Amino acid sequence: MTALNQPQVSATLLASLVGQLSEFIDPENIIVDAESKKPYECDGLSMYTQMPLLVVLPETIEQAQKVMRLCHRESVSVVARGAGTGLSAGAMPCENGVLLSLAKFKDILEIDPVGRFARVQPGVRNLAISEAASAYGLYYAPDPSSQIACTIGGNVAENSGGVHCLKYGLTVHNIIQLQVLTVDGELITLGNLGLDACGFDLLALMHGSEGLLGVITEVTVKLLPVPKKAQLVMAAFDNVQAAGNAVSEVIAKGIIPAGLEMMDQIAIRASEDFCHAGYPVDAKALLLCEIDGAANEVQEHVAIIEALFKSLGAISVRVSKDEKERQLLWKGRKSAFPAVGRISADYYCMDGTIPRGQLAYVLTEMEKLSGYYGLRVANVFHAGDGNLHPLILFDANIEGEFKKAELFGEAILQLCVEVGGCITGEHGVGMEKISQMPEQFSDQELSQFHGIKAAFDPAGTLNPGKGVPVLKRCQEYRSINAANKAERR
Amino acid sequence: MSDLSHQFIEQINTARSEGQQLDIVGFGSKGFLGRRPQGQRLELTGHSGIVDYQPIELVMTVRAGTSLGEIEHALAQHNQMLAFDPPHFSDQASIGGTLACNQSGPGRPWCGSVRDMVLGTRLINGKGELLRFGGQVMKNVAGFDASRLQAGAMGCFGVITEVSVKVLPKPDATITLMSEMSASLAITTMNELGRHAIPLTAACWIDGGLYLRFSGLQSVLNETVKQCISTLPSAAKPLDEADQFWRDLRDHRLEFFAGESPLWRFSLQSNADHFLPDQHWLIDWGGAQRWLKTDALLADTNIERMEQVAVDGNGQVSLFRGGDRSGEVFHNQTSALKTIHQRLKKSFDPEGLFNSGRLYSWL
Repeated sequence: MTALNQPQVSATLLASLVGQLSEFIDPENIIVDAESKKPYECDGLSMYTQMPLLVVLPETIEQAQKVMRLCHRESVSVVARGAGTGLSAGAMPCENGVLLSLAKFKDILEIDPVGRFARVQPGVRNLAISEAASAYGLYYAPDPSSQIACTIGGNVAENSGGVHCLKYGLTVHNIIQLQVLTVDGELITLGNLGLDACGFDLLALMHGSEGLLGVITEVTVKLLPVPKKAQLVMAAFDNVQAAGNAVSEVIAKGIIPAGLEMMDQIAIRASEDFCHAGYPVDAKALLLCEIDGAANEVQEHVAIIEALFKSLGAISVRVSKDEKERQLLWKGRKSAFPAVGRISADYYCMDGTIPRGQLAYVLTEMEKLSGYYGLRVANVFHAGDGNLHPLILFDANIEGEFKKAELFGEAILQLCVEVGGCITGEHGVGMEKISQMPEQFSDQELSQFHGIKAAFDPAGTLNPGKGVPVLKRCQEYRSINAANKAERR
Repeated sequence: MSDLSHQFIEQINTARSEGQQLDIVGFGSKGFLGRRPQGQRLELTGHSGIVDYQPIELVMTVRAGTSLGEIEHALAQHNQMLAFDPPHFSDQASIGGTLACNQSGPGRPWCGSVRDMVLGTRLINGKGELLRFGGQVMKNVAGFDASRLQAGAMGCFGVITEVSVKVLPKPDATITLMSEMSASLAITTMNELGRHAIPLTAACWIDGGLYLRFSGLQSVLNETVKQCISTLPSAAKPLDEADQFWRDLRDHRLEFFAGESPLWRFSLQSNADHFLPDQHWLIDWGGAQRWLKTDALLADTNIERMEQVAVDGNGQVSLFRGGDRSGEVFHNQTSALKTIHQRLKKSFDPEGLFNSGRLYSWL
């Protein structure tokens, strides 16, 4: 058989798909021209791009269902997309595939203040849920840094965390029910409005599945009462080890802070320049420790933590006096990424997780790697749950510098795995970390993941090529990773 | 106190070559759950011991056959606990069985379930492969979450050999209040309390009494509870021997649970209306878990009828204990979900070696 002419196949397929889609979707919501498709070529990880065959924006679940059925019938791959804020190219389109945007599903369908849940469409922004629930004194706990823009459907697909997940859990702990379209367009409900369901926990499995198992069309989230009081203790240290030690000592005191974050000097200075929160720019490490709960309990815990930080050598300790000051101190942390973006042409954000006790070792090793690659690195760290976000600073306009940043990033992830951690805490594998998966998993484990994928999507047309590497590439990935490592030594 | 993983792999390989089925058992404290077991026993209790415990990491890794008693004792040395407070249905219960059956205690709505707290597992699948999923860190989104998938799967995917769980500090103090009221008013009250940021950590109703547990710093708890009492619809008084009460509730040792009558478990929207009011109920988890003991008057009850009332409460039902264990005992699945269940099972256990028919007759 002679090779088929690829562009011709695409053109025929495109014409056929557009014709069939136009039967039930407003042609305005079917995007085929290159210029209009351009914004969809990548997610938040803009170094990875791919133009889809077409973009479709259904307005009803029935339309989305028909899109799935059509693509299934035509064996066309589908990549679902929310707000596109993901950081692992998980929503990067597929060549010759359909990009299914859920951006039009923006309705909050129901809030039950007594049962404390909200039923929302997948395109509702994370923060919009808490804003709507605030009328009842309730909120949705997981708060990823992108919460102003990111949508709840994407939060489920990535199992997003945030600065408060040490105490309040990840997305998976705060979702009770999902409505999902399967690859063949069947609408299924996972979970219920109780706290558990019979059979396999497919609700949990869907979290962090990166769009490989189904398309989320409705999400029911748990709502929590807004804590009566929240107070932030900010402590500066003149060395990273002392700060890391202080994190462990907080936990050892039997206190679970609502948030426990750490920043290194580059991140502190960039954030301070950006939002003038009054961060001590001479500090080598900064801890932000938030306590929330009943007013009297917060008062007591804050006093314990303030004294603890002082006894552990903090060079300065500041306690937020009011809500305004608390928000200001958080603002520095929450805007750390854009702040770092101002001091470097580009940055590459990593997402490894480590046991807390390994922090000092990992940071020291990272400093060595920084010297080896000749690239600076800024660190913001969800210290409470061991999730590192090293930001590798580089300039994409300098030939070969992104490649160097990628190699540096890979080395950091290898380090995380070596100390008993993992390659991604909350950003997902997507396209980006596919070659790192064989570092963390054996072929048998990866093969089991393929089995799970096939149980939902036997033909493999949902977000193909993401999340789990094909087995025949794994040995190659391992060899390359090992060679890179040997070269560093 | 040893690692028997390789012995299990051998037993699995032998079973596969001989066409036998396996019945995975720990201490057997939850043997009454699910449908009737079948197959040759694969015993986990020899496979025990704490593999790793770093109190400051808030993580413990244990072999699946380790008893909850041993785990809780080790944690108590560091003033920590399993926040999901798992039931001990007999003198000994294992952590592996607790995960496989997804069993959590009265604090579950506020402190999380075993499913919430599991961070990683090791599991031997039907091909005799020892696989590691998740890890010992709080956050991990690499690969599918095959660890949480084990919760409630009743051992259908394979032999869980190791479990890593998040652990938490013990509260400084607890106070329990009791207030007399009807079941309906108790459901309303529990949900109303849930709307406020108060340190409530358990709420149940039984025999005309609402029981509320609060946990927190000793120095401030009295004050908090005093404020709470003023909002209750009827007088409340502190309960003596409260720890014993919550333990008995957790372990099903209260009088309510005695006897052989079928025991139904409803998992519902916490504020679902009270139903079948003439029947014998125990309402736990702030209204989200409701136990019904059926008597002779409801002798014609069957799972289909119970499923209908559960669906009305936006939840599900299972025949927890007693009754006919050869029929279906868990809430049914739609045909699309049935297919996914069967394919998932097959991906882990292609030849159907493990706990076949334990969850559903068709699985």
